[in-house]
Amino acid sequence: MSEREGNIVKFESIGLRYGTEREVLSDVTFTLYPGCFYFLTGASGAGKTSLLRLLYLAQRPSRGIIRMFDTDVITVPRARLPAFRRRIGVVFQDFRLVPQLSAFDNVALPLRISGMPENEIRRAVGDMLDWVGLDQRAEARPATLSGGEQQRVAIARAVVGRPEVLVADEPTGNVDHEMALKLLRLFEALNRLGTTVVVATHDLQLLRKVPDSLIMRLDRGRLSDPTGALRYPPRREVAAR
Amino acid sequence: MTAFPALRSAPIRRNAPRFRAGERLVPQSRLSGPMPWVIAIMIALTVVAAGGGLALRNLGEGARADIAGGLTVQILEAAPAERERQAQVAMAVLGNRDDVGKIRRVPEAELEALLEPWLGQQARGSEEPIPMPALIDVQVKGPLTTQRLEGLRASLAGAAPAARIDAQSGWLKPVFDAIASLQWLALGLIVLLAATSAAAVWLAARSALGSNRETIEIIHLLGATDRQIAGIFQRSIGTGAALGGFAGLLLGLAAIWLLGRQFSRLGSGMVAGGGLEPFDWAVLASIPLMGIALAIVTARMTVLGALRRTL
Repeated sequence: MSEREGNIVKFESIGLRYGTEREVLSDVTFTLYPGCFYFLTGASGAGKTSLLRLLYLAQRPSRGIIRMFDTDVITVPRARLPAFRRRIGVVFQDFRLVPQLSAFDNVALPLRISGMPENEIRRAVGDMLDWVGLDQRAEARPATLSGGEQQRVAIARAVVGRPEVLVADEPTGNVDHEMALKLLRLFEALNRLGTTVVVATHDLQLLRKVPDSLIMRLDRGRLSDPTGALRYPPRREVAAR
Repeated sequence: MTAFPALRSAPIRRNAPRFRAGERLVPQSRLSGPMPWVIAIMIALTVVAAGGGLALRNLGEGARADIAGGLTVQILEAAPAERERQAQVAMAVLGNRDDVGKIRRVPEAELEALLEPWLGQQARGSEEPIPMPALIDVQVKGPLTTQRLEGLRASLAGAAPAARIDAQSGWLKPVFDAIASLQWLALGLIVLLAATSAAAVWLAARSALGSNRETIEIIHLLGATDRQIAGIFQRSIGTGAALGGFAGLLLGLAAIWLLGRQFSRLGSGMVAGGGLEPFDWAVLASIPLMGIALAIVTARMTVLGALRRTL
């Protein structure tokens, strides 16, 4: 597997600081391979959310190089970034659903942005809401949904466009253990279809639930590598899934 | 929960420009606020200013057409017999020239009637009437240049030495200058009103951007382009501007109609020439469309400018 074909995201010596504060991420270097399942762990304040913001192109780093889909996204013109963002699904820690839209319309957002025909959107969103068990709540506004339901709408929105990379920031932080496992199964199902999944969590119980997952650990802005995910390419059968 | 739905065999278009659900993303009331009312007032004032400017233009053009090539010959002679003789000679001389179209001797009764408001009955029929000049209205063929005027004076100088020739356009030059100034004033008002409307839309768009920052950030991160996001604001502000523009047009037209009725009652010949032609009404009707276009362009530039400062 060549370097060009073998990775989907590559961070090289990334540093990130806000204003004149000390760096929240320092010398972060790693590679994400297609079809792998990654956990990003670390204590609160370790920089997980900052790293994920770089991953879903909400932020530029202060230094270093980020390559995504064979393109240097630091130097790429601003106008080309939306095309990259459409290839990345994001589950935000605080859901970030649009309050004035129904669950259906929230899930449909990425497809409408992509310009999918409305009849296809109806079918796709209906299937997706059914998949996350919310087909009966399609017309509900976010304010009338429980935390777990909002979380599932957020996940459905993130995956409805079949992104190549799924980034989830503490996706199980607001749900009970049973629901957390169900959500994890959703991510695994998507992963089996070839999507690279990155889940940030501080729930160590969760890590054991996905046997083939690779773990990256952030400690005060520096990345460590308990499974060797950063030092070595993933096992061939994992990467090829 | 079941297996992942196998529903997306069809590829998703990654660069489609249109975003149809945009209108619902940002609540209309939060977006427009008082903007439609401001637009309505601005459009109404613009329609009145433009209507006034167009009426003044018509008035000026009408008056120019009436007096173009017109001149007045006055025989300033106190002795009635000599005055009459010179008037006859002047009529004959002018009648023989090829460049003169129409000649009309202003009847004495018409002259007396014209002067009566200033001179009273003394101007006519009294024992010692005030001597009045004989007047001849002349219409020359083609434009009345200074050279032609001098040629006419020269031809009358010998035959009717008491004759004085004046171009009618010369008398009305101050009036035309005043009309031109008023037209410039109307144009200036229109420009100022357009600038104020653009500023109102700019403020509305900035305010809407601020109050919808969260939603914009979400759709931005989901892959919406700047053009798609600007489109949401354009459509919403365009709708508000259309409502305001239509209301403003009705207000403005009502004001012009009322003013027109007032002026038509004056019965003055010159003012009566200041009506609006069908083309003028079409111009006035197009003002809200221009207002809507201005609002949309302003909203687009404001939103795109603000988004360019983000990643």
